[in-house]
Amino acid sequence: MSNGLRAEIKAVAARLQQAFEDAGAVMREPDSLQPAEVLLDLYGEDIRARAYITHDPVLGEQMLRPDFTVPIVQMHMAEGAEPARYTYNGSVWRKQLAGSARGPENTQVGFELFDRTNPAAADAEVFSLFNGLLDEWRGFGAIAVATGDIGILQAAVRGLKTTDRRKAALLRHLWRPARFRQLLDRFGGRAPVPEGREALVAAAAQTSSETLVREAGPLVGLRTVEEIAARIVDLAEDLAEPPISAGEYEMLGQILSLKSGSVAALDSLRTLQSEMPVLKAAVDRMATRLDALSAKGIDVENLPFEGKFGLTAMEYYDGFVFGFYAEGRPDLPTLASGGRYDALTRVLGQGRSIPAVGGVFHPEALVALSGGVE
Amino acid sequence: MSALKLGVPSKGRLQTLTIDWFAGRGIELARSGSEREYAGHVVGMNDIELVLLSAGEIPKELAAGRIHLGVTGIDLIHEKIPLWQTRLTEVERMGFGFADLVLAVPNAWIDVTCIEDLDAVAARFRAEHGFRLRIATKYHNLVRGFLREKGVADYQLVDSQGATEGTVKNLTAEAIADITSTGETLVANHLRILSDGLILKSQATVYASKTAKWSAKSKAAYAALAAKAVWPEGVHK
Repeated sequence: MSNGLRAEIKAVAARLQQAFEDAGAVMREPDSLQPAEVLLDLYGEDIRARAYITHDPVLGEQMLRPDFTVPIVQMHMAEGAEPARYTYNGSVWRKQLAGSARGPENTQVGFELFDRTNPAAADAEVFSLFNGLLDEWRGFGAIAVATGDIGILQAAVRGLKTTDRRKAALLRHLWRPARFRQLLDRFGGRAPVPEGREALVAAAAQTSSETLVREAGPLVGLRTVEEIAARIVDLAEDLAEPPISAGEYEMLGQILSLKSGSVAALDSLRTLQSEMPVLKAAVDRMATRLDALSAKGIDVENLPFEGKFGLTAMEYYDGFVFGFYAEGRPDLPTLASGGRYDALTRVLGQGRSIPAVGGVFHPEALVALSGGVE
Repeated sequence: MSALKLGVPSKGRLQTLTIDWFAGRGIELARSGSEREYAGHVVGMNDIELVLLSAGEIPKELAAGRIHLGVTGIDLIHEKIPLWQTRLTEVERMGFGFADLVLAVPNAWIDVTCIEDLDAVAARFRAEHGFRLRIATKYHNLVRGFLREKGVADYQLVDSQGATEGTVKNLTAEAIADITSTGETLVANHLRILSDGLILKSQATVYASKTAKWSAKSKAAYAALAAKAVWPEGVHK
C-alpha cells in the first residue's frame, strides 16, 4: 500500500475516532496479540482458517486480533463502570481468500455501548451515529443500508411447540443457515431419520445400551458408556416426538424470507405473532426500537429490514443488526456494520452480563469509495 | 541445465510403483551415480532431470515452480496447496497409491453413525467435559473445510503426524481423520469410519506446475514425454 493511501486511511480513521469521542466514548487500545484460546472457544475451529495464529514459548497460542469487540468486552467486564461508551482505532488481521482485492491487514474504528437501562435507545443511538457519520461519503455514491433482528428468529425458535433439545439444536446452528435448514427439515418430518437410528433405539429397548456398547467391542477414548446410554435415551425420546407442525415450520420460513421496509416488516411480524404469541416480547422490542430510531430522525418506513440479515456473519450478534454498503460497488467491502451482542457479554463475563451494542467502520472501504489516492 | 524437472518420490513402494508405471509407458527413469544419490535422469531424454523428493515435499516444489512435473498424492496437493487449481494441473491419475481420507470414531460409539451424530455428540461432549471434542489429524485444512461445509461445531483439531489411530486409546483425541487404504489399522484400534465420513479419495497422480518457467525447450521435453505417456497438451497454462 502506498504511503499516501495509508495516510489518507489514517486521517479518516482519526476523524471517526474523534467523532466517537465527541459522542462520549473513551478510547481503548487492546493488545494486538490476543490469547487464541478465548477466540477459538468462542468462534470454533473455523477461525483458524481466518485468523493469524502464532506461538509464544511462554504465553502459548496467540492470535493477531481478528476484531476488537472481544477484547473490548473483556476489558469492560473486568473493570468497566456503567453505562460505558468505548471507541478504538487500529488494525485487525484476517486471512483473505486467494484473489481477494482486500489485504490481510485492515483498519477498524468502532463504537461500543454498554447500557442496561434502555436497549432500544442504545440501538438507536449507535445506528443513528453511524448513519450520520456516513453523510460525508454520500456525495461519492449511494449508500445502501440493511437491518435485521436475530432476536426475533431466536424467539421464534424458542417458541416452537417442541422439545427443549430440538430448540437448543436449532439455536446452536442459527449462524449456519444450511445446517439450520437441515435440522429444521429433520425436526419438521421433511427429512428421513439417519439410517439405523430406529433399529438402535429398538435394540436398546430390548436389552440395554450398556450391553450394546459392550458387544460392539472395547470402548476406547474419554467418552463413557453412560454418555452413550444417555444420548440413546434422548434419541428414543426424539423418535417418539411428533414433528414440528407445518404451521410453525412455515412461520419460521416466513420470518427468514421477510424483506421489506421496517414498518411493513413489523406489521407482518405482528400478524405472525397472533399465531405465535411467544414472539410478542421480541416484536415489542422491535417496535420500541423503531420508535427510538424515528425519534432520532431515521425514516423507519423506508429502513430496509431482512429476516435473515446477519446470520452468515461470524459474529455473536443476537438482536438488532445493521450494515452499510456502497450501492453498485460489489468490489468494496462493507462500509460499516454492527449490532447487539448481549450473549457475548454473558459468555465472556464469567457469570455477569450486560446488554451491549456496537459497530465498526472500515476506513479502507470508505477511502476506496471516495476514490482516494491510488 | 536441464529443460524440464520431474519430481518423483525418493524412496519406498511409491517410488518403485512410479518407476514401473513410467516403464510401462516406455519411459525409463534411472538414478545417476550411486543408489543413494537423490538425482536421476530419463534414459534417452537428456533435457529431463529427475529430482528425487519426499512425496510430502513435492506439492510445494510444484507450487513454487521449482519442478515442472511431479508425482504425489491428491491428498497432499489438496491439503498443502490452497486453491491448487490456480497453480497446478492434474495430468494423470496413476492407478496406485490408493488411499481415502476418512473421519472415524470409536466403534463402540453405537449412537454415532454419521456426521450429524458427531456434531450432536460434540455439543454434548463439550458440555460434559468442558472442552471441545478433539479430532486428531495431520490434514488440518481438508478436515476443517469438510467439517465447515457439513456445519459441525464444538470440535477442535489436534495435530497428529503419525500413529493417529492410537490417539483415541491414548486419550489425546475423541475421533480421528486420517488416510486409510484397507481400513485394517482402524479396525485394530477399535475405530469405525462414519457412513458419510469420506473426506477425499486419493491416489498417486502426475501434476504439472503452472508457475514453473516453461521455455520452448521445456515444452519440447514435455511433448516428448507426453507422446509416450499419452498426456494432454497445454498443462502449463
